[in-house]
Amino acid sequence: MKKVILLAMSVMFLSILQVLAASGAATCDRSGASVSARSSVMAASGASVSAHSSSWTVFGAATCDRSGASVSARSSAAAARSKPSGTVMSMPGAENSSSAHSSAASVGLLGAGATFPYPLYSKMFDVYNREFGVKVNYQAIGSGGGIRQIRAKTVDFGATDAFLSDEEMKKFPAPVVHIPTCAGAVVITYNLPGNPTLKLTPSVIADIFLGKIDRWSDSKLKALNPALNLPDMKIVVVHRSDGSGTTFIFSDYLAKVSREWRVKVGRGKSLNWPVGLGGKGNPGVAGLVKQVPGAVGYVELVYTLQNDMPVAEVRNRSGSFVAPSIETVSHAADIDMPGDLRVSLTDSPAKNGYPISGFTWLIVYKDLAKGGLSREKAEVLKELLWWITHQGQKYAAPLHYAPLSEDAVKKAEAILRSLNYEGKKL
Amino acid sequence: MMLSFNSDRLFKTAMFVSGGIVLAVVIGILASLIVHSSQALRELGLGFLVSSTWNPVVGKFGAVPFVIGTLLTSFTALAVSLPFSLAISLFLGEYFREGRLSKVLNYMTDLLSGIPSVIFGFWGLLFLVPLMRKAELALNVPPYGVGILTASLVLAVMIIPFTSSIGREVIRLVPQDLKEAAYSLGATRFEVVKNVIIPSARSGIAAGILLSLGRALGETMAVTMVIGNSNFIPRSIFAPGNTMASVIANEFTEATENLYLSSIIEIGLLLFVITAVINYLGVIIMKKLSFEK
Repeated sequence: MKKVILLAMSVMFLSILQVLAASGAATCDRSGASVSARSSVMAASGASVSAHSSSWTVFGAATCDRSGASVSARSSAAAARSKPSGTVMSMPGAENSSSAHSSAASVGLLGAGATFPYPLYSKMFDVYNREFGVKVNYQAIGSGGGIRQIRAKTVDFGATDAFLSDEEMKKFPAPVVHIPTCAGAVVITYNLPGNPTLKLTPSVIADIFLGKIDRWSDSKLKALNPALNLPDMKIVVVHRSDGSGTTFIFSDYLAKVSREWRVKVGRGKSLNWPVGLGGKGNPGVAGLVKQVPGAVGYVELVYTLQNDMPVAEVRNRSGSFVAPSIETVSHAADIDMPGDLRVSLTDSPAKNGYPISGFTWLIVYKDLAKGGLSREKAEVLKELLWWITHQGQKYAAPLHYAPLSEDAVKKAEAILRSLNYEGKKL
Repeated sequence: MMLSFNSDRLFKTAMFVSGGIVLAVVIGILASLIVHSSQALRELGLGFLVSSTWNPVVGKFGAVPFVIGTLLTSFTALAVSLPFSLAISLFLGEYFREGRLSKVLNYMTDLLSGIPSVIFGFWGLLFLVPLMRKAELALNVPPYGVGILTASLVLAVMIIPFTSSIGREVIRLVPQDLKEAAYSLGATRFEVVKNVIIPSARSGIAAGILLSLGRALGETMAVTMVIGNSNFIPRSIFAPGNTMASVIANEFTEATENLYLSSIIEIGLLLFVITAVINYLGVIIMKKLSFEK
C-alpha cells in the first residue's frame, strides 16, 4: 500500500516538475515554447513514444541552454520523429577518429530547419562524424522552425529553402549570412495514359495551376504537344498541403513568369490555392498524382526518380525545352550571383538551365559570438561549413541533389572567410 | 494506528494534488493558447471567425472552412457509425453476453480503439480511397477519392469502438428485474430492447457518443491523410476539405510570420473552445436523458 502511494507521489512530483518546466519555457523565450508546442503537435499525431519525447523536449526547452543534457533531450525527440530515410546522427558513444580535429571531438553542433535537404545533410553529417568526430545533430523541423530557432539562438545553425528577405533579416538580433549547400529542382509530374513526356511553357503551367486550363485536351496543350494524343480528361491539380520550400520555389517561379499568378496567388511556403487537392509532403503529392487519373502536381526531382514518374520538359527563358536533371539544375545556377548568395535560381537565364530550380541554405551568425557559440564551437562550425561546400559536395549527386557551381563555391568561400568571433578572425 | 492515519492523510493529499494538476493543466493549455494567439486575436478580431479566406501570402486568415470541415466530418462520422456501434453494443451487451464468439468480438472492438490513427490513415489511403474513386466514377463526380466523405468514413470506423464498448457496459448493467418484468408481461425480445434496455441505458450510450465525438473532432493524422487538404468550404460531401486539426498539422512547421503562427494557434484555441462547448452540451443532454429523473 505504502509503495503504491510512494509511486503515485513520485509520478505527481514529476508532473509538477514538468508543469513548472513548461511554464519556465514560456517565460524564457518564445521560440523555446514553440519548440515544445511543435513537438506536442507531432506527439498528438504519433504514438506514445513521441508523446514521451515531447515531455523531454519541454525539459530541454526550459533549460534554455545548449549543454549536453539539452542536446541529448533534443536528439531523443528528433530520433523519435526522424523519417525512415534518415540515419540517426547522434550515435551515442561514436568513436573519435584520429584527426587534426581531435581537439574538437567533444564539441557537438546543433542545427534545425529545412526538410528538403535532410537526406543529404543526414549523409554529410554522418560522414563528418566518422571522419572528424564532430557530432552534428540536425532536426528537420521545417524552414520556418529553423529560422525561428536560429533567431532565438537555440541552435548553432539554421537551414532554409527560401532565403531571408531584407525585412526578415532585420528581425535578427545580429547580422546573419547564407551559405548555400546544394541546389534542387521542382518538377511537374502527372498521371496520363501511357505517361508521355509533356512539353510545357511557363504560361501554360500557370494557367493549369490557376485552374484556367482544366482539361488535358485544351488547345494550348495540344499545340505544344502535337505528337501526343492527349485525352479529354479533367485536370486534377495536386499541391502540397503543408508549408514547404518546394512550394516556395514553385510559386516563386510562377510569380516571375505570370502576372496573374503574382497578383492572385503570390509566392510563399503556403498558398491560397485557386484549385486542387493537397497532399502532405512530397510523398503525399506523388502518391495522389499516381492514384488520380488526370492529376498533375509538383514535387522535388528525387521523388519522380525514385517512383519512376513522368516529368514535363519546361521551356526556359532562352526558349529551349529542358528536362529536369542534376546537370540542368547545375546549369541553372550558372548565372551572375550576388556576393551574399541570396539568389533565386527560378526562371534562370542560363541557356540549358532548368527553370524551376533553387538553392537551399544554412544560416549562421556572421559574428558567431553573437549567436551564443563558444570560440571552440565557432571554429568547429566554420570547418564544417567549409567541408560541406567543398569535400561534402560529392555526396550531393548520388542523392539527386545538384552540387554547387564553381562560382557559388567561390562566393561561399568569401562569406566563410568573413565569419568572425567578437570581430576577430577565426 | 499512527501509520494508517498518516497514509490516509497522504492518500487524501495525493488525490487532491492529482485533481489539482488536471485542473492546472487544462487551465494552462487554455492560457498558453490565448497568450500565443493574442496577436491574431488582436489583429484579426472577429474576421477570423467569419472570413473564409485563408491566405498566408497576404496575411489573411479566416477559419470558416476549417470549422465547417471539422463539424461536417465529425457529425457525418457519428451518423455513419451510430447504427453499427449500437448494434455491436446490443449484440455484446444483451444477445451474446457469454461464449467464445462474444469474447473474440469483445477483444476485437477493444483492439480497434487501440490502433494508432496513422494506421487508420494508411488503411483509408490504400483501401478506402481507391474504392471511393470507383464509386465517384460511377456517380459521375470528380474522382478524387479523397475528400470529406472518405475522411468521415475513416473517422466512423475509428470511433465505433468508443461508443460500442461503453454502450456494451451500460447495457449489461440494465437490471435483470426490469427485463424479467417486461418479459412476464409478454414482451418480445425486441420490445424489451426497445422499451426497457435502450431507455434505461440511454444516458450511458449518450456518454459513449460524446466520447466518440470528441475523438472525431480532434483527430488529426488519419483525417489529414484522406481529406484532400483544400482550404475551401466544401461544396459537396465528395469535395476535398480541411479540418482545424489537419490545418494545424499541415502548416505549423513552416509558419515563419508571427501573425501566421499566431493564427494557427488561434485555430487550436477555437478547436479547444468548440470541443468544450460540445462536451458541455453533451453533459446537459445526458442529464436530460438520465433514467433516474
